[in-house]
Amino acid sequence: MNAIKELEREQLRTDVPEIAPGDTVRVSVKVVEGNRERIQVFEGTVMRMRNGGLNKSITVRRISSGVGVERTFLVHAPRVEKIEVMRHGVARRAQLYFLRKRVGKSATLRERRSS
Amino acid sequence: MPAGLIGRKLGMTRIFADDGSVVPVSVIEATPNTITRLRTAEQDGYVAMQLGAGSARKVTKPVAGQFSALPKELQRPRVVREMRVDATDDYEAGQQLDVSIFEAGELVDVIGTSKGKGFAGTIKRHGFHRGPKTHGSNNYRQPGSVGAGTTPGRVFKNTKMAGHLGDDRVTVKKLKVVRVDPDRNLILVKGAVPGARNGLLLVQKAK
Repeated sequence: MNAIKELEREQLRTDVPEIAPGDTVRVSVKVVEGNRERIQVFEGTVMRMRNGGLNKSITVRRISSGVGVERTFLVHAPRVEKIEVMRHGVARRAQLYFLRKRVGKSATLRERRSS
Repeated sequence: MPAGLIGRKLGMTRIFADDGSVVPVSVIEATPNTITRLRTAEQDGYVAMQLGAGSARKVTKPVAGQFSALPKELQRPRVVREMRVDATDDYEAGQQLDVSIFEAGELVDVIGTSKGKGFAGTIKRHGFHRGPKTHGSNNYRQPGSVGAGTTPGRVFKNTKMAGHLGDDRVTVKKLKVVRVDPDRNLILVKGAVPGARNGLLLVQKAK
């Protein structure tokens, strides 16, 4: 069991910011197209977070040309170039599934006041 | 010419490959094995090597006889298994084998004992279909017919029925070795291997 924990610890990234559900994040992902590699940016609200440690993942939701798009990222994966937290939103629950029924202004969360 | 090791399943995790893809791996710990004896065609009628792993607290006399070829100063192993090989010329009793006999990218067969499921019905054991749950049905998980009537007048042998499932010797062939870690005696193999955590495994080079 310990050897597995060690293997996972070795692969953890140190540059991952603190993320919470409700935050607006900008995720830069490396995308391989044919033999070219480019960086794709996906910005949206963190709808849920799953697992911890190496297996930690976030689901980010955004409205893209009128269609709701949700993408799940493995936070520690090397394909994820970087994650930037743009804004901290107030979320009173861990999974923000209610956002799926909302459009427009009602789908935005209040900004968290840091004191 | 397959050589192999006795190991222990530690569990599963994921590894990020160099190209960024995620690889599910089973982690197998194999502390250095000792060759306890060699089987030769002249003496035993077949060619194999006998491997030992771990250290025994007590060795009974019948088991001690198996170790007659093993040099006296070496620790007696706790687990002993035989593995067929093509030729034993490169090996001798007392020699140590560790995980460095494998290398990343190579294919291996992993043998273990699957998790016991107890007495299982035909749906779990043989993948039979279930009956309807509603509309007055009482036929939920029953096996249905096991054969015809007067002719043949009996149930054929090997008809799939309920019974004990699991706790069998299972071989998973051609698993890719993702990484070998000689410092920690670990072999990382892509995919699942039989059995529960801490279960005994035989890892051999794929034929």
